[in-house]
Amino acid sequence: MTGSQVPRVSEPLQHSPLEPLHVELGGRMVPFAGWNMPVMYDSILNEHQAVRGSVGIFDISHMGQFIVKGEGALEWLNRMLANNLAKLADGQGQYSFMLNEQGGVIDDLIVYRTGANEFFLVVNASMIPEDFTWLEKQRPDGVELLDESESWAGMAVQGPDSAAAFAKLFPDEPLPPRNGIARLSGGQIVCRTGYTGEDGFEFFCPSADGITAFKQFCDAGAKPCGLGARDSLRLEMCYPLNGSDLSPARTPIEAGLGFFVDLEKGDFVGRDVLARQKEEGLKERLVAIAYTGKGAPPRAHYQVLSESGEVLGELSSGVPSPSLGKGIGLAYLPVAYAKIGTKVQVDVRGRPFPAEVVKKPFYKPAAKNS
Amino acid sequence: MNVPDDLRYNTSHEWVRLEGDVVTVGITDHAQEELTDVVFVELPPVGKEVDAEDPVAVVESVKAASDIYAPISGEIVEANEGVEADPALVNTDPYAEGWIFKMKVKDVAQVEAMLDAAGYKALLGG
Repeated sequence: MTGSQVPRVSEPLQHSPLEPLHVELGGRMVPFAGWNMPVMYDSILNEHQAVRGSVGIFDISHMGQFIVKGEGALEWLNRMLANNLAKLADGQGQYSFMLNEQGGVIDDLIVYRTGANEFFLVVNASMIPEDFTWLEKQRPDGVELLDESESWAGMAVQGPDSAAAFAKLFPDEPLPPRNGIARLSGGQIVCRTGYTGEDGFEFFCPSADGITAFKQFCDAGAKPCGLGARDSLRLEMCYPLNGSDLSPARTPIEAGLGFFVDLEKGDFVGRDVLARQKEEGLKERLVAIAYTGKGAPPRAHYQVLSESGEVLGELSSGVPSPSLGKGIGLAYLPVAYAKIGTKVQVDVRGRPFPAEVVKKPFYKPAAKNS
Repeated sequence: MNVPDDLRYNTSHEWVRLEGDVVTVGITDHAQEELTDVVFVELPPVGKEVDAEDPVAVVESVKAASDIYAPISGEIVEANEGVEADPALVNTDPYAEGWIFKMKVKDVAQVEAMLDAAGYKALLGG
């Protein structure tokens, strides 16, 4: 038996402040986005179900945190990002994109407003240097840009019982509402956001306190979960993964994420291309594809075929969905094949498995708390 | 780690059980534990002639696909539809209900050349 293996990396891996705990908990460490991270502890399926059914906890210390503040911060950041920051009141967050001049995605991120002219950005691990350089290059005088990624340990506590776990640790502090951010009396940051579709929060504390906090959330009922479950959970929700489903060559409009772009707010980097795409229409669109029967698990880079066998594109992500019990994936397909109900096939090692274009997301969580 | 004494093993973590001129082939307890959560098994076609070390089956977990190699040369004579229907058998019962295929042996010396239980345990590091 041999596995399809983790690619070798030439650069030394970065280490989460929680790494010793992952090893102690039996986490299987793999390189991800330049970091040594747990892909799972005992079982991706069990970890996935813990988040859907009760509560799980993920190390997200690899993700980056930037602070943008100062006179003019709102105006400037609103030109650098595609969503409209002016819609945020203090303490609110939104999903957004950093685009290149061609409208392609440099990074997707969540930006929280923490003051009239103060913002907290959470960006992808692999993009920290590139995002920072891109922003710094265009930063006007009077606006401060700080990379605090090294200072914070991060953990995402996700699942219907996440609020109860929080209350056990912080009985006197309220969780912020959905998409909100709050600073706790102890200085930690808590955001009511996540990457699983379940209620949950992301918790940031000083790196040195990370292991203790992670353990306390575990004691409060959260099951440690690795990147494997994180991927299957996010894909069931059709949440994109930058580098797989998003790229500098694809716009958020093509990715079907136009909801998070505000073309009316005034100019921003990449706007012209997006506006033109909206007006002229798209050639390809990121669609959700689900198997119609049993089949070999779909995975990234497998070809998507028409019913007659013509190659239409390839999967940008794919997984055997634990919640649905069938293969699911995302693919950029010609718009003629992007309509819901369109029959397609996924080519797995030369065998085509029948699938169809379905409505996003694949999975709808049972209840949503606010 | 369960390594039954009556089986033979190879370094790619398949086991064989020789009965007459037929071997039953599966993956070891160690291999299933490494894979975790087997969700799909692609069986070899019955009647196919294969050489030792040919990839003949695929076992997939949520995260990855792994090739299963023919431990010896010969003809595939049976494939376990039980693991096709219930892939988790590979995890729960790797040496019995979780077998993957059977081969008709051409040369018993190939089986005898495989690791015995002690040799395989040594490979796993004791």
